[in-house]
Amino acid sequence: MFKNILVANRGEIALRVIRAAKELGIRTTAVYSEADADSMHVHLADDAICIGPPASAESYLKMETILSAAEIANVDAIHPGYGFLSENPHFAQLCETCRVKFIGPSADVIRRMGDKNEARATAVKYGVPVTPGSNGIVETEKEEVQEANKIGYPVMIKASAGGGGRGMRPALNQASFVNAFHAARTEAQACFGSSDVYIEKLIENPHHVEVQVIADSKGGIIQLGERDCSMQRRNQKIIEETPSPLLTDKLRADMAEASVTLVKNIGYENCGTIEYLVDDAGNFFFMEMNTRIQVEHPITEEVWGCDLIKEQIRIAAGQRLSKHVLAAQPRGHSIECRINAEDPYNNFAPSPGKISLFYPSGGRGVRVDTHVYSGYEVPPHYDSMIAKLIVTGADREVAIARMIRALNEFVIRGIKTTIPFQSSILKEAAFRNGIYNIAWVEKFLASQPDPPELPDIELLEE
Amino acid sequence: MNFKEIQKIVELMNEHDLSQFTLEQGDTKMELKKGGNMDIQAVERLLASSGSSGTMHSAPAHPVTPPPPTDQAGSPSSLPAGVEEITSPMVGTLYSSPDPESEPFVKVGSKISPDSVLCIVEAMKVMNEIKSEISGEIIEILVENGTPVQFGDPLFRVKCS
Repeated sequence: MFKNILVANRGEIALRVIRAAKELGIRTTAVYSEADADSMHVHLADDAICIGPPASAESYLKMETILSAAEIANVDAIHPGYGFLSENPHFAQLCETCRVKFIGPSADVIRRMGDKNEARATAVKYGVPVTPGSNGIVETEKEEVQEANKIGYPVMIKASAGGGGRGMRPALNQASFVNAFHAARTEAQACFGSSDVYIEKLIENPHHVEVQVIADSKGGIIQLGERDCSMQRRNQKIIEETPSPLLTDKLRADMAEASVTLVKNIGYENCGTIEYLVDDAGNFFFMEMNTRIQVEHPITEEVWGCDLIKEQIRIAAGQRLSKHVLAAQPRGHSIECRINAEDPYNNFAPSPGKISLFYPSGGRGVRVDTHVYSGYEVPPHYDSMIAKLIVTGADREVAIARMIRALNEFVIRGIKTTIPFQSSILKEAAFRNGIYNIAWVEKFLASQPDPPELPDIELLEE
Repeated sequence: MNFKEIQKIVELMNEHDLSQFTLEQGDTKMELKKGGNMDIQAVERLLASSGSSGTMHSAPAHPVTPPPPTDQAGSPSSLPAGVEEITSPMVGTLYSSPDPESEPFVKVGSKISPDSVLCIVEAMKVMNEIKSEISGEIIEILVENGTPVQFGDPLFRVKCS
């Protein structure tokens, strides 16, 4: 087992990894930018090394700096968290070269599944349904118009090096296609360094449902259910739940089987998530695979009774999946709200600054994953998520009531947060009936006046 | 109770892996505690300091390198006028000389110019020369040869010319 793990990340996920490592008796090393010197994870780690100025490009994304820190702290493994370098095959390769274990799949698998177009081809190869689309990169204008006409409008033009909801442009008809195509290529080059694009049929009003997979190095490969992440604003998830209210038992079983088949055939190791689009007719289509732990992993943990981060560490250390994980069965329903430091009354403008009072919800079935505390200064340099509120209940109705209760008592003063916004969504009939898709949030926002203010509970200020 | 006796008690504690020792002798009471809950101390320290100033960077409890003598920004208010601190732009191990046999790059009193090499920070077998970028005279060397350094650690104090 590892003696010292370096956590190459920040915020709540860095704290999450440190907690799991502590429980396993493993020493932890945090790396931090100057803006994160007061982050809770830095102070709970056994060692902490400042790696650069606030800008991510100068700190959390600097591979050589992180490996230098790994060297002087004498670590034997690195957990990359999510985002940052977690799906960077060069970084994984560098770790391999420096003989520090990268906690995740191999650099080769990361590269193959990270190229969205190649991942699609791999899915096709192993019989996983994919959205009808171009067989590969489309380069010339002539080719592209042919492809689009063959697939049938509307289509989505996607960057091969994109992912995470970015680098996609729709074209609703032939007239708008050519411009959209060139714009997509330019954007792809600017954002991802490659203008390679491919085309897929645009599934209208799809649902985003993803399957959690986990594999050890000894042939243990299982799936741990699905998560419905259709509640999205501008392609960013804001509420996730498991199990998905949309799936029938048959669809669930089919998606699980397709996911395990894919993972078995690509030599995958460690945690991963396969993202699908599901249409209203109950067809599912492979979208992409995330070769890392996901933000919303806690809801799976709560329903399946496992600690995915600990399993990641164990797998990386060469151990088999835990017995209780191999035998796991889902129980109950879990929902997560991503709490962002954003102002829902002001077009979700970021709201960094000092949190004067932080009083998280508690009680039965409530879990809060966060690195912030009363007096913490939310820095402006990074993504706006400051906490994850995860509630679990015996069934979906209980979970919804519990989430509303938990959101109502969650106090964060000094900055604006998305809590009132998520609270209003939870009360909507569409959510309660489980009838919502990726387009729902935008429609809801357009139809709403300002979200209602939450009643402020009486708490004494200093 | 003298110091030698206290030392002996500490040795005994370590030998037998004891974490607490209390002794009452007449009107003298002595309590020795080993270790303790580091996590609670870290949390309490953070919560206590966060109330005072938003810009103060409290150094973490167990940094690999010792926390800087001043706050990390090396603000002008903590240094005398005309004196600047050169901080490490990278993470690695600091070496004062080009190789173990040579003289150090600089000593106290050395005059430096923007191109002067002050030291080497080695990481992953790559020796990175750290250049001064300012002109002046070295008045203090803050890090010993062979010490691991992190980004922002003060390395030299320079009287600017």
